[in-house]
Amino acid sequence: MREITYLEAIREAMLEEMERDESVFVLGEDVGAYGGAFQATKGLYEKFGEARVLDTPIAESCIVGVAIGAALVGYRPIAEMQFADFISCGFDQIVNQAATLRYRTGGRVAVPLVIRAPSGGGVHGGLYHSQNPEAWFVHRPGLKVVAPATPYDAKGLLKASIRDNNPVIYFEHKGLYRRAKGPVSDEDYSVPIGKAEVKREGTDLTLVTYSAMLFPCLAAAETMDKEGVEVEVIDLRSLAPLDWEVVFQSVRKTSKLLIVHEDNRTCGVGAEIAARVAEEAFDDLDGPVMRVTYPDTHHPFSPPLEEFCLPNEEKIVEALRRLAAY
Amino acid sequence: MEVKIVVPHMGESIVEGTILKWLKRPGDRVERDESVVEIGSDKIDVEVPAPARGTLKEILAQEGATVAVGNAVALLEAEDAAPARPKVEVPPEPVAAEEGEAKQGEIPPRGRRRITPVVAKLAERHGVDLDQIEGTGLGGRVTKKDVLPYLEGRRPTQEAPEPKRKEETLPTPTPPAAVPSEEEPVEVIPVTAMRKAIAEHLVRSKQTAPHVTTVAEVDMTRLVNFREKHKAEFERQEGISLTYMPFFVMACIRTLKEFPFLNASMEEERILLKRYYHIGVAVALEEGLVVPVIRHADRLDIRGLAHAIHDLAERARTKKLASDDLKGGTFSITNPGALGAVLSTPIINYPQAAILGVEAIRKTPVVRDDQIAIRHMMYLCLSYDHRIVDGATAVQFNQRVRRILENPLELIL
Repeated sequence: MREITYLEAIREAMLEEMERDESVFVLGEDVGAYGGAFQATKGLYEKFGEARVLDTPIAESCIVGVAIGAALVGYRPIAEMQFADFISCGFDQIVNQAATLRYRTGGRVAVPLVIRAPSGGGVHGGLYHSQNPEAWFVHRPGLKVVAPATPYDAKGLLKASIRDNNPVIYFEHKGLYRRAKGPVSDEDYSVPIGKAEVKREGTDLTLVTYSAMLFPCLAAAETMDKEGVEVEVIDLRSLAPLDWEVVFQSVRKTSKLLIVHEDNRTCGVGAEIAARVAEEAFDDLDGPVMRVTYPDTHHPFSPPLEEFCLPNEEKIVEALRRLAAY
Repeated sequence: MEVKIVVPHMGESIVEGTILKWLKRPGDRVERDESVVEIGSDKIDVEVPAPARGTLKEILAQEGATVAVGNAVALLEAEDAAPARPKVEVPPEPVAAEEGEAKQGEIPPRGRRRITPVVAKLAERHGVDLDQIEGTGLGGRVTKKDVLPYLEGRRPTQEAPEPKRKEETLPTPTPPAAVPSEEEPVEVIPVTAMRKAIAEHLVRSKQTAPHVTTVAEVDMTRLVNFREKHKAEFERQEGISLTYMPFFVMACIRTLKEFPFLNASMEEERILLKRYYHIGVAVALEEGLVVPVIRHADRLDIRGLAHAIHDLAERARTKKLASDDLKGGTFSITNPGALGAVLSTPIINYPQAAILGVEAIRKTPVVRDDQIAIRHMMYLCLSYDHRIVDGATAVQFNQRVRRILENPLELIL
């Protein structure tokens, strides 16, 4: 299988879906001739023209609002947020319109909308270009939320999101755009929303993570393997709906759970997982459910300070050791 | 230096405390913050810590005594020059950078072992005394990984030692599940929904209706001869074989019309006599027994009944019965004789009032006109709900069915 980058995988997914289905179109800030801030839409404007690759004003509420309207009349818009940090400007359109329309109309209308949100830190972007706001949307009923880590999953999940008849917030990690490279099939495929994947099997500890944190988690699992501790690494891929079955199955096997995410600690996705495991798999626990997350603070511009805050392999290994020894 | 241990402030409106228990005796060494005495009030109980490291010198108030807040209950000979002021003093050992870390590194005190849910569950399920297992977890905690090899290593036939705490914590312990062994192998079959429904139905019938079974002996020779004579042609004409069941059904309906209390059910204070005849016919399937119902069976002749029975049995075997096919029966017939049974005590298909079991037809030596003759004999076993049906009625019913079957020409009328 050929190897491509995470960014190329995202671009390919959009290109193929636009070729496959005329109702698919892209809109966002500078997504047209410029090809997008990260070049995710590069080449689409030349291929499909300005009618299907729309440059918009710098107004996220407008981008999302237009996309919702288009979705209601039968299009399948892909709205790009230049940074996930600015998604909050379109928040009302997402949580009060996109998320509720199906419910409000008694199921008579669907909102087949994808919002691509480049998220994540570690790129020295400071506090307005580094955020991980996924938990806000996981919390809101009526939205699907995905956060792939590998090029294969990035392409497959974006295709599934475009084909889904519900609003999907697609968090793509900026740090992975060019760093993550991996095998991607030439054939048309999609990765189902709501399905986690065990990226590494193990019997002693369960490590649940998603997005860019997958890689330090896998590295940490490798280190633990040398110390005789087998860590099972679950990549959630989808956060809403979340694949509880895979999480519970693993926890029942290992009896110990560590959750790692780059989002803040308080009320993050890890908090919900810890709570559900405590509720439904309490009898199977052989240690406290632990978390390694970004602390409850902002992203400092200073690289050493950001490094200090971000979860990394070393912090994950430390937590795994503690949990293994418990 | 001498330091006073006083009754602490325990909250608004609490002005005095009662000494519940002295945890230290005069002469005992105490660490700073180590509990010295338990003091209770009408609102809360507290353990009072030592204000400094030292030796307990004198107890001023015995257990049971009531002392005002702020008054001394004991004297402590402190080792430090000055009484410790907790907020300022440097702790004896530097605390690790993260508080969480320090807590997790804490060693559980002896005698009060920390047991996690999964370990508690395993111990409970397998009757393990955790004291017998050496823990490899933090502070000697017994982990799941310590319990599992212990369970594997234990001989399967070995008596599970009763956990010590069991008596205290579980007033009505469930008996431990049988442990399968090589000598006494047990296969565990999960109960299917159908089996569960059968079980509940039969238990309800047996618990609600007092069952009595009465038996009649029938000379089936005429009917046997009649069937032998006509079965080939019947099969050619109808495409199905001629069994005895249509005759049983018809004989029962004739008799039910004369004895309405056997075509009835009881509801609280009322007995409902059914003026219609929905006859249930038991069909044995591999996964369990079903009793599909011939609706308005009194409107059918022998051929009609034969087809109705054939159709129900066929649909039962191919799982094509509708739920309505199983509802509303007023009387049931079961045929253990088909498998060779000569006598049985059927359970009533509740809330019906009775069920007739037809048994195997066998050539039997019997006395006829003071001579021994060989006849085709069969038993009719009628189980009835004794609340609705008196013994005499049931016996008369069964005898009437017998007479019809012995004189099949009666079925014509």
